Amino acid sequence: MKATAPDNNKKRRPQPGVSESAAEWKLRLYVAGQTPKSLTAFANLRRICEEHLAGRYEIEVIDLLKHPGLAQSDQIIALPTLVRKLPEPIKRIVGDLSNSERVIVGMNLEKISQPPD
Amino acid sequence: MRKTTSRLTSLKKAPTGIYGFDEITGGGLPAGRPTLVCGSAGCGKSLFGLEFLVRGATQYGEPGILITFEETAQDIAKNVASLGFDTDALIAKKKLVIDFVKIDRGEIEEHGEYDLEGLFIRLAHSIGAIGAKRVVLDTIEALFAGLSNQAILRSELRRLFGWLKERGMTTVITGEGAGDQLTRQGLEEFVSDCVILLDHRVVDQISTRRLRVIKYRGSTHGANEYPFLIDEHGILILPITSSGLEYEVTTERVSTGVPGLDEMLGGLGYYRGSTVLLSGTAGTGKTSVATHLAQATCARGERCLYFSFEESASQILRNVRTIGIDLQPFIRKGFLRIHSSRPTVYGLEMHLLRMHKLISQFQPSVVIVDPVSNLQTAGTNEDTNNLFVRLVDFLRKDGILGFLVSLTGGANLLEATDEGISSMVDTWLLLRDVESNGERNKVLYVLKSRGMDHSNQVREFHITSKGVKLVDAYLGPAGVLTGSARLAQEAHEMAAAEVSRQELERKELALSHRRKVMEAQIDALRAAFQAEEEEFRQLVVTEKIRVGQLETDREVMARSRRATALGRQKTNHR
Repeated sequence: MKATAPDNNKKRRPQPGVSESAAEWKLRLYVAGQTPKSLTAFANLRRICEEHLAGRYEIEVIDLLKHPGLAQSDQIIALPTLVRKLPEPIKRIVGDLSNSERVIVGMNLEKISQPPD
Repeated sequence: MRKTTSRLTSLKKAPTGIYGFDEITGGGLPAGRPTLVCGSAGCGKSLFGLEFLVRGATQYGEPGILITFEETAQDIAKNVASLGFDTDALIAKKKLVIDFVKIDRGEIEEHGEYDLEGLFIRLAHSIGAIGAKRVVLDTIEALFAGLSNQAILRSELRRLFGWLKERGMTTVITGEGAGDQLTRQGLEEFVSDCVILLDHRVVDQISTRRLRVIKYRGSTHGANEYPFLIDEHGILILPITSSGLEYEVTTERVSTGVPGLDEMLGGLGYYRGSTVLLSGTAGTGKTSVATHLAQATCARGERCLYFSFEESASQILRNVRTIGIDLQPFIRKGFLRIHSSRPTVYGLEMHLLRMHKLISQFQPSVVIVDPVSNLQTAGTNEDTNNLFVRLVDFLRKDGILGFLVSLTGGANLLEATDEGISSMVDTWLLLRDVESNGERNKVLYVLKSRGMDHSNQVREFHITSKGVKLVDAYLGPAGVLTGSARLAQEAHEMAAAEVSRQELERKELALSHRRKVMEAQIDALRAAFQAEEEEFRQLVVTEKIRVGQLETDREVMARSRRATALGRQKTNHR
């Protein structure tokens, strides 16, 4: 419970800018409880998104300890896993996202983020 | 002491239900521990794992989870439907979970630290959902292809196996071998309890699958390579020695179908449930002797199963009719079944399996294999010997008389070629040709026959229109004589006997003659002696007379002188 409460709070923060359904970037972060790795991952993700996609993204944090069934249906093995659901194609990044530059490249954030900025 | 032993042997085992495997391992896989099943591609690892789960769920009430990294649940269901495994039904009954883990390298990028907690969560979730006791990871090495951080993967795998052990999951981990290594990623370093190696070899274009228990901590196990099959019932391992030497025997005897041969075997024939080897060179009448047994068995109202690797059923029937054996009625009545197949049509294992199956179905009291030696073309010598051992074991266990016909090459020593099987057989008959005087004749002898009084004679035998007939072979200083040589020798002997008889008669006559002469001489001597005696007696009488005469003469003379002298004398005297 403790693990999910801050997650939920954090999750709401980036949302006000854009309505949920209209978000261009739908990101989902799978974690298992509030481990140092998952906290680091979330912090890193939020920082990167704020820098590059401010107002155009939505992050959904899924705690597999709460919803263990989702691990199977969403094909999650390693944690934390970041899934880019939109824009397509679906991309997965595994790890705590500590190397932000590589995350940016991996998510193709560079190209997309530059024109609007 | 007893306590110690019981604690030592208390390693719990989870029966796999895989035919033959539990016998080799003395009960199955180590319960609650991980087992590594490795082998090259297509060796049957995945099937082993799946059968372990399906049998566990259906036969031992232990639900299981299959984490598959290679195939989807649908594919697996389709693949194993032909083996009679209804995975969909098991899934619906909550006895099985198939969880397909898709790892696509192209879709995944790695940035920073991570762990495999997702896999743990999936497992824990599935275990909780069905109360699983068994887990199969097929094959976890796919993780190494999907994720690149070896250090993380290795430590996470170590944690995973520990985690599974903690939860008491009997786990099968499959791994694909490469070169000399058991598994590509060295999974064996994580799994220390039990390692099983599957192998699929092709020798001379014939494939054989083998299984070997490399390691089984805390348990004895068969260390051999066990050939196995994958057929419509799953994996089938035929343990060579699993049945050991513990079978009931009987003193009941059954006729060989050849009258003279029964006599050679103590007058009663083979032991029921024993193993008989009949070896001989080409054309010595092996099949004829075998069909005699078939006929005798069927005539008693028992079933006989005839495996022919040389001739088709109709060919055998036609040929034996010429020696006065009609097997057709027995086939019609269901007492006899002839099963013909080419030795090279399957590998040895498949042959053995098919024999196994047919024998279990037909329940015969006699099984004839004609000839076993032809199976050697379907495998190496060692394999064939293994096959024989297992076949004989199986037949003995079920009290079936096994009659193995073996064709020995002319160049080989008859007794040496079959040494592999010879030690397993109870009765060993040898047929061979004796070539002399421009003809070939067949002889038969009993090389050994355990537990019965048997003839040491070499017998000649004829194949007549009324079947096989044994004749006394001539044994002389020049060796065994057969055929016309035997007849000639017999005539020769008869003449010799006549000559010696006449000689004897002559001698007897001469002797009696001499006796007569002797007796005559005795008579003559006696007569002479008597004459002499008579003469002597005459002489005595004459002498007496002469003496008497002398006396008388003197008296007469005295009387004539008496006138003077006598009176004086008289007075003087007086």
